[in-house]
Amino acid sequence: CPCLEYCCSNLESGLLPGQWRHNSRMKLIDMSKFPVERIRNFSIIAHIDHGKSTLADRLLEITGAITKTQKNKQVLDKLQVERERGITVKAQTASLFYEYENQTYLLNLIDTPGHVDFSYEVSRSISACQGVLLIVDANQGIQAQTVANFYLAFEAQLTIIPVINKIDLKNADPERVENQIEKVFDIPKEECIRISAKLGTNVDQVLQEVVKRLPPPTFNREDPFKALVFDSNFDQYRGVIANVALFGGCLSKGDRIVSAHLGKSYEVNELGLLKPEELPMERLYAGQVGYVIAGMKEVKEAQIGDTLYHQKHPVEPLPGFKPAKAMVFAGMYPMDQSDYSTLRSAVEKLTLNDSSVTVQRDSSLALGAGWRLGFLGLLHMEVFNQRLEQEYNASVIVTAPTVPYKAILSSPRLIKHGREEITIVNPAQFPDRSLVKEYLEPMVMGTIISPDDYIGKIMSVCLNRRGIQKNMVYIDDHRVMMKYLFPLNEIVVDFYDHLKSMSSGYASFDYEDAGYQAADVIRMDILLNGKPVEELTTIVHRDRAYSAGKAMCERLQDAIPRQMFEIAVQAAIGSKVIARETIKAFRKNVLAKCYGGDITRKMKLLKKQAEGKKKMRYIGTVQVPKDAFINVLKRKDK
Amino acid sequence: MLKTFLTACRGPVLFVGRGFSSDVSVGVSKLAGFSSPTLSSEASLYVHWPYCLRRCSYCNFNKYIPRSDNQDVMSECLQRETETLLRLSHVSRVTSVFFGGGTPSLARPSTIAAVLETVARHAALSESAEVTLEVNPTPILSSKLQDFLHAGVNRFSIGVQSLQDEDLKVLGRDHTSQHALETVGEARALCPGKVSVDVMFGRPGQSIASWELELDELLSVCDDHISLYQLTLERGTQLFSQVQKGQLSVPGDDITAIMYESARKILQKRGYLQYEVSNFAKNGAISQHNMSYWKASQYIGVGPGAHGRFIPHGEGACREARTQTLEPEVWVREVQQRGHGTRRRIPLQHLGQLEEVLVMGLRLIDGITHQHWQFFSPGADLHQIFSSSCEVQDLQQRDLLILDNRGLRCSWQGLAFLDSMLPNLLLQLEEMFFVVHDRFSCVYSTVLS
Repeated sequence: CPCLEYCCSNLESGLLPGQWRHNSRMKLIDMSKFPVERIRNFSIIAHIDHGKSTLADRLLEITGAITKTQKNKQVLDKLQVERERGITVKAQTASLFYEYENQTYLLNLIDTPGHVDFSYEVSRSISACQGVLLIVDANQGIQAQTVANFYLAFEAQLTIIPVINKIDLKNADPERVENQIEKVFDIPKEECIRISAKLGTNVDQVLQEVVKRLPPPTFNREDPFKALVFDSNFDQYRGVIANVALFGGCLSKGDRIVSAHLGKSYEVNELGLLKPEELPMERLYAGQVGYVIAGMKEVKEAQIGDTLYHQKHPVEPLPGFKPAKAMVFAGMYPMDQSDYSTLRSAVEKLTLNDSSVTVQRDSSLALGAGWRLGFLGLLHMEVFNQRLEQEYNASVIVTAPTVPYKAILSSPRLIKHGREEITIVNPAQFPDRSLVKEYLEPMVMGTIISPDDYIGKIMSVCLNRRGIQKNMVYIDDHRVMMKYLFPLNEIVVDFYDHLKSMSSGYASFDYEDAGYQAADVIRMDILLNGKPVEELTTIVHRDRAYSAGKAMCERLQDAIPRQMFEIAVQAAIGSKVIARETIKAFRKNVLAKCYGGDITRKMKLLKKQAEGKKKMRYIGTVQVPKDAFINVLKRKDK
Repeated sequence: MLKTFLTACRGPVLFVGRGFSSDVSVGVSKLAGFSSPTLSSEASLYVHWPYCLRRCSYCNFNKYIPRSDNQDVMSECLQRETETLLRLSHVSRVTSVFFGGGTPSLARPSTIAAVLETVARHAALSESAEVTLEVNPTPILSSKLQDFLHAGVNRFSIGVQSLQDEDLKVLGRDHTSQHALETVGEARALCPGKVSVDVMFGRPGQSIASWELELDELLSVCDDHISLYQLTLERGTQLFSQVQKGQLSVPGDDITAIMYESARKILQKRGYLQYEVSNFAKNGAISQHNMSYWKASQYIGVGPGAHGRFIPHGEGACREARTQTLEPEVWVREVQQRGHGTRRRIPLQHLGQLEEVLVMGLRLIDGITHQHWQFFSPGADLHQIFSSSCEVQDLQQRDLLILDNRGLRCSWQGLAFLDSMLPNLLLQLEEMFFVVHDRFSCVYSTVLS
């Protein structure tokens, strides 16, 4: 193989991967020399921190895609937050050339996001594969995300190779983990490969097994061109870079292609392999994986799951495409309104790379102009916020997350004009009970895996969160896997942290979308001296109204400074007050002090207070400082 | 009594000296019907003595523990700066002098005398002008008080602070209640009716009952003037950190509010009229000097870190907020080199001036009269500025603020909430100021130029 020869010689001469693309000799690679029989497409899936990225690095090193240096840790994780939190948010892909029994194979490692918030992305990545490496930590064993990931692969009918990682750890117990795998996933324990990605132990065996066990893709070069978009990135200079898997035919530079979802046509300017750096090629063939640049200007034009085809040969789009669906919403406002335009451009830049965030302009009387952003899930939201803060240095107020409720309208008049079912993102738009036949709330199926010592506590927490137990099995002698159906709203705030702290960090949790379910939800208003505070209106379940109302009143009581008169802080449902706290009036506010003629300081202080009053929100005569709103609305810090 | 006093100090002092020359505008002559404390021809004088024997645990004021005897240099520099600033201000009459500190009673009586002589050389300083000296009631030779009297001091303000010896120790004071009582007695013997005592409430560990008893005891020995101060914890003081660390605790806001209220009642019952947030007097013994602050009159500040408010006629036509250099050694050097140690000059624009008139004036029980306001704001009267405000109307309805044909003032209960009312009043002033800005500015410039 000319390519392999080239790669190896390059490695020996110490060239870095990035330098390859500048070398015209690369045109020597003839991708037609890799028929589907010598292609394997696979993903690595794992619970957080079980070593997915480390294994990926080792595979890249062994196959010469990257040089082996200390600095090369976790090449695939590009984002700062990814490295910090040990998770992968944005999938990366690498084509590896691997020689096995005197044949050179093209192994396409299609990396997946490491969290089920991105389960749609994971499912699309997985659908480009024929098999997965399911990594499990030899010490921790199966965790919630392992299960969720397993089912995604299992349902896609992929070949699963279980890999037990970190066998070098002192407390590693691979045998126990093998038993768990056999019990939970029904995979014979003999099929497990024990490795240490950190030390490189048995990593070569993993590659051999990929070649041996995974089936090659079954696509045909003679078919019309058809490709799945499984990821996309935005490059400031080159536009959208779509990562594609060819499900049939071949694609050449200059071809005119069409995206099935939007029906727009494009000319292919550049295409090639990801190593993981882009390596331009003349042509890609069925079963291969690579990137395409075709003059797309927004990531929305290359949505994940979309199908590309030749303009002249339209094809049936691949199944499973869904536009991104926001499950968690939060308000986002600049800390200082003068930062609005800076923040706007930061949000725009971030959404260029992440089409799954929905952005809606919003404005709050208390917090000013901002946005209501929709995210795929909690982690997605956190990642977005962190990127905003770290990469763009933006100081933002993020409100506590809410979920999208639905209402089935009863009034025929309303149905005539609009849809029968409306989605409520902003509590202020909550339709009145009298207009509504039924309210619906989003549900999730949660998986909790924990040592059995904590079962009692976990069950009571889940019950408190309106969780309904669906299943409970022992995955080994003292580890239990529980399935609970939760209202999403109950887990969006601090559930995971609570679970973690309650189980000394041993319980793991993951969830997947479980549709909508009828729920007795109501609108709760917060009143200050009888006047409603619009931005504090919330939608709550009737059973939770009292405790939510009381908590809100207590937080407000602490956050609103005492004033010259007494303030009643009330939570109300309709006209019925369900909770009340009182902020007592202060009795004196005058500084009895001699200034010795130094009135400058006093004047400064008063002027500052006067300036502050301009920004103060008045509810009736009650002054509510912005800080108070921030304290009450803000997501609690972890 | 109060009335008599006020009438008495409204002397026929209008338009004397250099400050107001022949080009007195029409705008000013309209005002000739009442005495204004803001005439640029007169000012009060504050002299700061920056040294103390020791540091009080609550004090963050500009004070130093002297490292060497520099009385001569200080005396010389205080005189020099007094002279420079009096000349600069074109002030022809000094209405009162106040020696504050620090501990000005540590200064030599001859220094006090020299400063007063300097004043008298450059401006009129009448025999009746109030000359106050702050006195720290350390065991002071009674002869020294007498010497101060001979130097020209005619009023003593004594920092009693507390009659509880334990509390005095916590506050870091270097006197006992015994010393305090003796000093008050001596001062009263020297200047009957012209002695003021400072007392502090909200002290660590203080209770309402003990405060009331203490006040009672104090009233049985004190003279005609009393100042009540609430202890404020200032960042960087020893007391602040002791309270932060939990070694000491000070009474909460509700308790100090009751202490203040009960003191006001007790003092009233004993014949002391409250004329300002912190100040009470009987027999008309109001402090003229402090009154000039509340009335936004001109004052000249001399000495390290002293503040002033006056028009430097030599350098501009606008009133300035002036601050002298803080550190005594640097200040001395500057005075020796340039004749003064003015470190910062901020011109007070018209709005800024009105803001001070408002903030200071409302501290007075009589508030701001229409005449007083009109002097500074000939273009827009108090009604025009404040009547339209919803907040003002709300405060009036709640009997906290009064706006009537006398002027604008706090009600008795409203005075205790002044700092909460001021931000809104300042906003209203600012808003209306810009509404009627043209009218305001053109008339004002003729008044003060």
